[in-house]
Amino acid sequence: MEAGSFTAPDGRRSVLKRPSGARLPDVILQWGVTVLSVAILLLIAYFFLKLIDESTTVFDKFGVFGFTFDNDWDVSKSVFGALPLVVGTLITSAIALAMGVPVAVATALYITELCPRRFRSPLTIVVELLAAVPSVVYGLWAFIVIVPFLKPAEQWFADTFSFIPFVGGHVAGPNYFIAGLVLAIMILPIVSAITREVMSTVPPDHKEAALALGATRWEMIRTAILPYSRAGISGAAMLGLGRAIGETIAVTIVIGNAPQIGDSLFSQGYTLAAVIANEFGEAASNPLHRSALIAAGLVLFVLTLFVNLIARFYVLRAERGSRVTRTVAPGMGQ
Amino acid sequence: MNGTDAPVLPPVSPRRRRTDRFMRGLFGGATIVAIVPLVLVIFYLVQKGLGSWSIDFFTTDPSGKFFGDPGGIKSAILGTIEMVGLATLIAVPIGIGVAIYLVEYGKRGRFAQVVRYFIDVMTGVPSIVFGLFIYITLVLAGTGGTAFAGWKGSAALALLMLPIVTRAGEVVLTLVPDELREGALALGAPRWRVIFRIVLPTALPGLITGMLLAVARAAGETAPLIFTATIVKGSSLDLNGPMNSLPAQIFSDVGQAQDRLVARAWGAALTLVLMILILTTLARVVSRRSRLA
Repeated sequence: MEAGSFTAPDGRRSVLKRPSGARLPDVILQWGVTVLSVAILLLIAYFFLKLIDESTTVFDKFGVFGFTFDNDWDVSKSVFGALPLVVGTLITSAIALAMGVPVAVATALYITELCPRRFRSPLTIVVELLAAVPSVVYGLWAFIVIVPFLKPAEQWFADTFSFIPFVGGHVAGPNYFIAGLVLAIMILPIVSAITREVMSTVPPDHKEAALALGATRWEMIRTAILPYSRAGISGAAMLGLGRAIGETIAVTIVIGNAPQIGDSLFSQGYTLAAVIANEFGEAASNPLHRSALIAAGLVLFVLTLFVNLIARFYVLRAERGSRVTRTVAPGMGQ
Repeated sequence: MNGTDAPVLPPVSPRRRRTDRFMRGLFGGATIVAIVPLVLVIFYLVQKGLGSWSIDFFTTDPSGKFFGDPGGIKSAILGTIEMVGLATLIAVPIGIGVAIYLVEYGKRGRFAQVVRYFIDVMTGVPSIVFGLFIYITLVLAGTGGTAFAGWKGSAALALLMLPIVTRAGEVVLTLVPDELREGALALGAPRWRVIFRIVLPTALPGLITGMLLAVARAAGETAPLIFTATIVKGSSLDLNGPMNSLPAQIFSDVGQAQDRLVARAWGAALTLVLMILILTTLARVVSRRSRLA
């Protein structure tokens, strides 16, 4: 590249040569953003190690498995077995998935395939608006409006179908079911958005082929769209699950905060996230209790990490082969 | 459809037709079911929230009195704006910096993939766990001389916003056509000028959209704030002291189960939802202005 022919005569600088030091901003920028990226990784590593470090007090006393799977959480006796919390988290999330995912998928199908074209974007916006309502507002609404409103219906259901396991018995005001219902509403927009995105990757040829062969709309959905987007829908459901597991404030308000495994769907319970939000205030002076709450956070973190890994696997698999870029508004995915 | 010619396809049997109609109805019904909660939430927010709005509501702090006037939400509004503002100042430059690294330097390299992966991991971390982390590292340690502080709340919110800003930034920076970069480089512009004068301005609307969505999400977060900035009554401009916020105020008012306080919670909730709606609408308008696909 030492092109002498470009060198201007009279000893002046080449038009292609930059003054020394001109590369400095380039070097600074490249190093700057690289260092930032490294710093993020270090921060996440520190975050993880710090959580583990602070949890050791309670893990030393009860063991990792003892802490996670013992069914006894009693602050006054300083006994911390988080099973009621883990079970509560799993029950409420399962209810949320069972109610939220079918509705979300149906909504996505209706918006992408069935509704008149001019309603498509208004409906999309309305469903996404569900994500704009903060957790605490859902909690307030559910606690003040939904809990008293649904209680008679729940009691009727519990009495009528008491032969079904985990249904009969006394209905508490705040309970697993209400928490699951609120979570279902909260995960609906994200599951619906990702499902819609996945369905938009179904090749039009497949749909047209099904219709040309005489399929009705529903048969086209069943034979062309659903098989193609199955992995993506699973991924969306897992992302929703990750959300439901980590959701805190709305659940704290409507779960009843009783640290035991409820004997029915309509019993009071507790979740990992709710216990942290509720008890940290009293835990400040008690190192063991504090450590137990941090360990609960660690279990929560590992649980969501695991669920999100599976979700990522499915969504990546669904997106492979289709070169469609993400169309969900970036903030929605979180 | 068949015209006068013999039908090419056998006619749709009544059973298939019924199934089709039933399933369409089911999907339409599910969409209505999905919208009902939104309508109900908005209805109650407006009905109960507007009732507690008044000039005093926005200009007085919570009184903390057990009887009588519970006071307004001035400190909560102020605190939310201050803390979210500071969190934005922290998260947006870092987030966009990382996005620049991923798109302009790291590309498909192994290290960039690792960074991408961990940004994804951050996205999935429950907000309360971030709050817990800041609680352990900054609040318990008493960094800055105080236990609970507004800037610690901001730090927790920034952790939450960072992956949102980065992901959004990466998406829009990738959309900037390579021809623009190559054109600028061919004209002799150094890399940093290409990034600052060509790439970032082109992607600006998208970056702003990502930022606004992150701000909207941070504004509604309660869990990370109750451990870090805590819930107080008075207004404060001191980010190194405890600070109130709208979500935290609502949370504490619901927990009290007193009608006066619940009324204040509705008013505060309406305020919060309106703030978030304005931000998300702005984000939508800005992204529509974008010249990128």
